[in-house]
Amino acid sequence: MRRLINQRISRPLAFFLGALPFIIAILLYMAASTERLSDNPNDKLLPAFSTMGDTLLRMATEENKRSGDILLWVDTLASLERLAMGVGISATIALLFGLTLGALPLLRANLSPFTTAISMVPPMALLPVLFIVFGLGEVSKVVLIVIGITPYLIRELQSRVSELPTEQWIKAQTLGANSWQLMLRMVLPQMLPRLVDALRLSMGAAWLFLIAAEAIASTEGLGYRIFLVRRYMAMDVILPYVVWISLLAIISDQLLKQLNRKLFPWYQPQ
Amino acid sequence: MSFIEFKKVSKTYGDQPVLDNINLSVKKGEFVTMVGASGCGKSTFLKMLSGQESASKGQCLLDGQPLTDEPSVDRGIVFQKYSVFPHLSVLDNVILGLEFAQSKLLARLFGKARAQAKEKAMNLLQRVGLHSAANKYPHELSGGMQQRLAIAQALIKEPKILLLDEPFGALDPGIRADMHQLILDLWQQTGTTIFMVTHDIGEGFYLGSRLLVFDKIRHDPMAPNAWGATITYDLKLNQANHGQLAKSGDSAQEHSLYNDIQHSVHATARVQDEAGPSIGISTGVGA
Repeated sequence: MRRLINQRISRPLAFFLGALPFIIAILLYMAASTERLSDNPNDKLLPAFSTMGDTLLRMATEENKRSGDILLWVDTLASLERLAMGVGISATIALLFGLTLGALPLLRANLSPFTTAISMVPPMALLPVLFIVFGLGEVSKVVLIVIGITPYLIRELQSRVSELPTEQWIKAQTLGANSWQLMLRMVLPQMLPRLVDALRLSMGAAWLFLIAAEAIASTEGLGYRIFLVRRYMAMDVILPYVVWISLLAIISDQLLKQLNRKLFPWYQPQ
Repeated sequence: MSFIEFKKVSKTYGDQPVLDNINLSVKKGEFVTMVGASGCGKSTFLKMLSGQESASKGQCLLDGQPLTDEPSVDRGIVFQKYSVFPHLSVLDNVILGLEFAQSKLLARLFGKARAQAKEKAMNLLQRVGLHSAANKYPHELSGGMQQRLAIAQALIKEPKILLLDEPFGALDPGIRADMHQLILDLWQQTGTTIFMVTHDIGEGFYLGSRLLVFDKIRHDPMAPNAWGATITYDLKLNQANHGQLAKSGDSAQEHSLYNDIQHSVHATARVQDEAGPSIGISTGVGA
């Protein structure tokens, strides 16, 4: 028999093994839920799948009596808008600074220690400052995301730039490029797919900061909603919302992955 | 007047000498091949020519002017790998050199200017045998084709000097022979001056019109890094020899020289090997 490290798993088996933990988790939940509900039909801690389905359907199709909004979509839209703005702004800043810091020794000497120090500040500790400075509106939520992920993106891009082979830098110069042309035609295009990769990795953090900001001060949003209904122990809302958020995260990750494949066919991560 | 001149050039990294007292004068149109054991300064010499390194002592002149201390369009270069840009198609890799020159702000050509640049690039790609792969990305090319592309990319700038840093070192033998023919053809057509570093002494004899051997003449076993290397052989090679390797013994004199050089280069390599990893590698001097 082969060593464990050399085992090859056939595709059907891999699929089955991959699905197994999901199935077990669902079955365990169902068993526990049924158990609790048989003791007390009004138990709120582990609602049945049917209850959660009903609640989700209601939130996704019926207008809220008080506001007239269809809550799931209003929340989703609000959250995604903040997320997109935060991530978009972060990406732009990171591209600008990561590129120049990576390529220009003068700027690197000047700003690198500063960005390193900034990236050590826990963003959540700055949230009160943001609320004081920018108020409780949209700006502080977006800024929290920006503060949270931009330093990482900058440092990531900077090191990706410095990983470009020396040969390329020399070659571009022998072809007559000045610093600007070199950054524009050699560094920037090669950094775009790496930026997308870095964004994929920082999406988790972006969601974290978004939900934290929404939990504290907001009037709509996915994070706001789950923290709001916590007061009524409405697990039938919270759990589907958490699943929905996770689903959105998976979808956005896959979209970014596909984007990289489509836009940068030459890019093959090692 | 000589085209390239090195006068009493030395190079040290920190307190460690790499090259001592290099005197060299090269005429326009020569094909200079450079061989030597690892750590004997042939790559350092090439880096001084390309502007990646500057001499610690002495003067390096091109057309009577000191070499600039950064890479420039005068000096095209082809490395063993990473010479081409992975994000550009074959055609765009070649056009890039023209775009840098003609479009200062965007470094991109459009419309008629691009069509002209494209024609010039396609012409060159035809000469290196890559015209049918013009729209492919480098990662879709074989190692030999990538090196053809790197050569075409350098040649579009019509550099005064073409520097080749072990360009065929990673290729299969058969492909290598094709590349030898290609580079000789291009050399004869363009009349450009070529400097080429190679590990393969036979290749050095075969391709060059002139062969430089870098070696250490003094060696202290107690202090293996105390002395730098210099040029120990500077041979004019018989041009009639192209077409078969000197190894095959076409000229008895060259054959015996080949053996001498091989012997001394191997001896130096062995001595360095026995002295341990402190030579060359640890200082980042490179092969």
